[in-house]
Amino acid sequence: SAFTSGVSLESSPNTMEHIKCPILQEIMKWNGWGYVDSKFQFNKKGQAEFTGKRYRLSGMVMPALKEWFESTFGASLQHKTPAIPNSSAVQPPILNEAFVEDLKSTGIPFSQDAEDRVFRAHGHCLHEIFALREGKVGRVPDMVVWPSNHNDVVKIVELACKHNVCLIPYGGGTSVSSALECPPEETRTIVSVDTSQMNRILWIDEKNLTAHVEAGIVGQELERLLNESGYCTGHEPDSMEFSSLGGWVATRASGMKKNIYGNIEDLVVHIRMVTPQGVIEKSCQGPRMSTGPDIHHFILGSEGTLGVVTEVTMKIRPMPEYQKYGSVVFPNFEQGVACLREVLTLITNVFAGHALKPQKFYITKFKGFDPNRLCVATLLFEGDRERVLQHEKQVYDIAAKFGGLAAGEDNGQRGYMLTFVIAYLRDLGMDYYVIGESFETSVPWDRVLDICRNVKERIIRECKERGVQFPPLSTCRVTQTYDAGACVYFYFAFNYRGLSDPVHVYEQVEHAARDEILANGGSLSHHHGVGKLRKEWMRETVSRVGMGMLKSVKDYVDPGNIFGNRNLL
Amino acid sequence: MASEAVYSHRDPMLKKRDDFEDILEERRNCSDLRYALKCYTPVVYKGLTPCKAGVLKNMVLQSDQLHYVINQVSKETGKAPEDVQEEASAILEEMAHRMQLSTVRFFAFTLCKVFKTLFRSICVNEEGIQRLQQAIQEHPVVLLPSHRSYMDFLLMSYILFTYDLALPVIAAGMDFMGMKIVGEMLRMSGAFFIRRSFGGDKLYWAVFSEYVKTILKNGLAPVEFFLEGTRSRTAKSLTPKLGLLNIVMDPFLKGEVFDINVVPVSISYERILEETLYARELLGVPKPKESTSGLFKARRVLSEDYGSIHVYFGQPVSVRSLAEGRVNRCQFNLTPRHIPKRPSDDVHSFVNAAAYRLVRAQEENMVLKPWVLLASLLLQNHHQDLDQDRAAGPERGMGLDELTEEALWLRDVCRQYGAFLHWPDHVPPSEVVSSSLDLHRGLVRISEGRVRLAVEHAGPSGPGVHPGAGPEEQLLNQAVVVLSCASYRNQALHVFLRPALLASAMHIATSSNKQEVFNSFSFLRNMFSNEFILCPGATMQDFEEACFLLVKTGVLQITEQEVLSTHRGHRTLAFLTRMMDPFLQGYQVICMFLCEEASEALTEKTFIPAVRGFMVKQLLSGRLRYTEVLSSDLQKNALAALLRLGAVLKTKGADQTTLKVNRVMVNSLEDTLGGKLPTQKAAVARL
Repeated sequence: SAFTSGVSLESSPNTMEHIKCPILQEIMKWNGWGYVDSKFQFNKKGQAEFTGKRYRLSGMVMPALKEWFESTFGASLQHKTPAIPNSSAVQPPILNEAFVEDLKSTGIPFSQDAEDRVFRAHGHCLHEIFALREGKVGRVPDMVVWPSNHNDVVKIVELACKHNVCLIPYGGGTSVSSALECPPEETRTIVSVDTSQMNRILWIDEKNLTAHVEAGIVGQELERLLNESGYCTGHEPDSMEFSSLGGWVATRASGMKKNIYGNIEDLVVHIRMVTPQGVIEKSCQGPRMSTGPDIHHFILGSEGTLGVVTEVTMKIRPMPEYQKYGSVVFPNFEQGVACLREVLTLITNVFAGHALKPQKFYITKFKGFDPNRLCVATLLFEGDRERVLQHEKQVYDIAAKFGGLAAGEDNGQRGYMLTFVIAYLRDLGMDYYVIGESFETSVPWDRVLDICRNVKERIIRECKERGVQFPPLSTCRVTQTYDAGACVYFYFAFNYRGLSDPVHVYEQVEHAARDEILANGGSLSHHHGVGKLRKEWMRETVSRVGMGMLKSVKDYVDPGNIFGNRNLL
Repeated sequence: MASEAVYSHRDPMLKKRDDFEDILEERRNCSDLRYALKCYTPVVYKGLTPCKAGVLKNMVLQSDQLHYVINQVSKETGKAPEDVQEEASAILEEMAHRMQLSTVRFFAFTLCKVFKTLFRSICVNEEGIQRLQQAIQEHPVVLLPSHRSYMDFLLMSYILFTYDLALPVIAAGMDFMGMKIVGEMLRMSGAFFIRRSFGGDKLYWAVFSEYVKTILKNGLAPVEFFLEGTRSRTAKSLTPKLGLLNIVMDPFLKGEVFDINVVPVSISYERILEETLYARELLGVPKPKESTSGLFKARRVLSEDYGSIHVYFGQPVSVRSLAEGRVNRCQFNLTPRHIPKRPSDDVHSFVNAAAYRLVRAQEENMVLKPWVLLASLLLQNHHQDLDQDRAAGPERGMGLDELTEEALWLRDVCRQYGAFLHWPDHVPPSEVVSSSLDLHRGLVRISEGRVRLAVEHAGPSGPGVHPGAGPEEQLLNQAVVVLSCASYRNQALHVFLRPALLASAMHIATSSNKQEVFNSFSFLRNMFSNEFILCPGATMQDFEEACFLLVKTGVLQITEQEVLSTHRGHRTLAFLTRMMDPFLQGYQVICMFLCEEASEALTEKTFIPAVRGFMVKQLLSGRLRYTEVLSSDLQKNALAALLRLGAVLKTKGADQTTLKVNRVMVNSLEDTLGGKLPTQKAAVARL
């Protein structure tokens, strides 16, 4: 463990037994992505390997990675920047004694332990992780509280209102929008409401194909439990191992199989949220209602500014009978994009998902294609066997029209698996002077190529202007497709040797890249959300009146700013 | 304000400029044929696969943009879309270039011969060429040469061919097409032809803009056009035309390319081929229609010495950095980009400000020869002679020594103002002067050690009336020489303009109060903003720049309250005011005409002849000194200014546009120009 060993919930030992699950920070890294036991590292021979047993990649040695890493970034195994193993000074908690007293009487477990607090004070933005690796900790929550059901949350919110305490809901902690950062100017007691104990499926309704689930459940657990009953939600964001249902609702999440199953807003039938004004929910579970603006849409994307999502009724589907991966290599990105557009207009239902990425390191050479320009699409088909095979053929036929060649199931599956481990790669980079991040946007089809070119170029140019000594990695992929456009991810990383304030440089470049995205008709965010990182662009994104609407909702629902994480507005 | 000026007034003397190489020198020593047939492998825009003219045409015809407009036109006119498509195809056929390397080589060979006969040297800044080469590889490039001669675009292509750079595609006026063979040959060397006016023709506009954008977006070739729209007959830079600049900036603003490099090119001729042609044209002798045979008649031209040419390739300007913080590119997010849209106000003012900036960049790098200074001095002397009624006497003109001394003085002033002056410092000044006079011997008379303009004086007081020529004809003959000479003085106008406006402002202001002087400055600047290149919205900056230069050179002292001239500043101030005087008087006379003579039936078409008639009368009666005012350029500019200020209104009639004069306002403008009226704040605000 990163802090003083051992965990003590010093406030009231008698609440210890309420904690049902293992202490998160014992299995999760406190200053990096994912599980403590899983990480990329260079072994004694200088070969890259992935540790642990959790992933298909675990225990494997990847000789090509070192070469890719060194040639892409100009990085060297000689130049290390290891993380500081523990953090020094965490500010002592600001405690509202009256609140603590009242909370004790409810019997809901809580903690003021430094480690618990630091763990819930951040998401996974580069600057957050970078600071932690340097042992720097800013304002952190003063307490963590673990409600175990809806009623606990009601009690916590009531007490917070009574004692004017600031609440910050915490789900899986995978935010990449500075949403979990505590506002440094907050002088009240900040309480992190960790929903991780609210992780049960309360019921499954097979007649209506819905499941009622507590919002603290994390994605992989939800799928595992539903799979036991023969069902799935089909919602698979890249972070699904760690991110929670409540977090999905609060950020308007999107998954890689959304073409079949839909995004979170399509998947929810009913939401229950506890706000300072009371509980908000609909009176029935009708599949669609014409009752004025959909109140779900005040909740979806509210980013913890209005209340805590406690329970959600979600659509479920029988597990697919048949699943097949696939991949296509295109001579260039332009052809790949054109193909995806075409596939989308012709085929729906079975084509679960795909990702289109130029120059990935797992396919570098292919049948006479220019290795600098080739581009790979990974594909996943789900459904009944016959239709899957039929549509698979259809997709490959279309791909052929665009010069695409089938590159096999393995490459497809590898591509999908990589989406889960890619976040671990950043930690490896950070050990060797390489920092980076991905960010996303959504954009109409006719602008996809333009935005990709311009943003990539802008990144390269900004790096140069800001004194980055090595050429940056600046690449992108199309991860989601819609009738009217696509979601584009940008990957940006660079070797920061020679820079005195690399994070600042990184932030300036990302800022410029976001300006470029907006200037090219891209959105502020497709599914990462706004948080505090992208707040400054909200007004121009939703108009002054739009901002006013959102503000007035906030003012009504939470006049005392109890949910004071200051995201979004 | 959207268009803050783009300049900071650092000391202009610190401007750094590249050195020149004479590209004719090598040509004089080796085979022209071998040169024309040399291996030509220019660098291209990154990742570019060259495409044939036919492929380009197809790209244009199949573009979403054109499809949209074709459907629109078809709906509006009821014609079948296929027919409209045919029309579009025909327009494109008429317009498109058909660049062929063989033709380029032919031109290279011929031009070599011609250039060597006409010019002593063609000097090019090679660093500029290197920058251009770099720019071509990075982003699509737009070349913006100044336009003083027909020679310009052939010269440009010749230079680029010489340096193994990508040959540009050039927007040329349709009038060239009149020259059958030459027109086609120009087309094969990269020219494409556009009609002079196609205001309302949507389809034409769509084909044209899509054609240019397709070339540019794909980086197929640098696109070259003249920001000034046409050749400047006066050697002053012309108010930039925005049409093509709008088109070439569009792909950047809409995100279709990451950036575009715009390269201003300044071409300075020591002696302009079309010298007297221009003067006649300005005086209303109609311009001869371009015809192949006419070109050959110009062979007489070939036997003369036209000195040297300086071509300066300026710093490439990134459209992206120009637009930074000035245009919100998000405005294009809400409509499909292929639907044509009028530029919004902020885009318009951005393009306008950029255009001015680019024209000024051209001006700044224009090379001035000593003759430009001599012409300025001789013109002023000529008018002083007229003033003092000694135009025909033996003491008319200037002594050679006096001229040399004044020229040296002016040379130093010029340099302090940051002019790009090529004065050979290693040659004795008297030689510099005499060789300059020799090159321009058609414009000057030298007798008994005195120099004057080659003007024989008529007029009521002059005794030297030639028998056989009417006084009006004589006047016009004089004017040809004066205007030719003025065109050389005009080359230096941009150097003196701001201080000269300040000097004139001090002259017409009723006191030395700083605010009043500023008001007068601002009035003049506003009045003359069609005449000179004055960036919109930069009044304050121009004023400060003028003050800075005149204080720095010891001409003025400026306190919190007052603008005062120093004793030793008198000479400069007098020179500067005299430089502006012809323009001031010209505008005044036009105002006078509008108040006194203009009939109710005055139309746009009859304006110029009527004004000219009025002026001729005034000149012959001796009430007017400056024959320069006969320039139709000045007359048109003055009318444009008066229209802009609302002193004259256009009313569109059935078949002609009549001009309605606001006599009160015109009168007050006339008085203010003459220094009779203080520039009231209210008037300034209104203007």
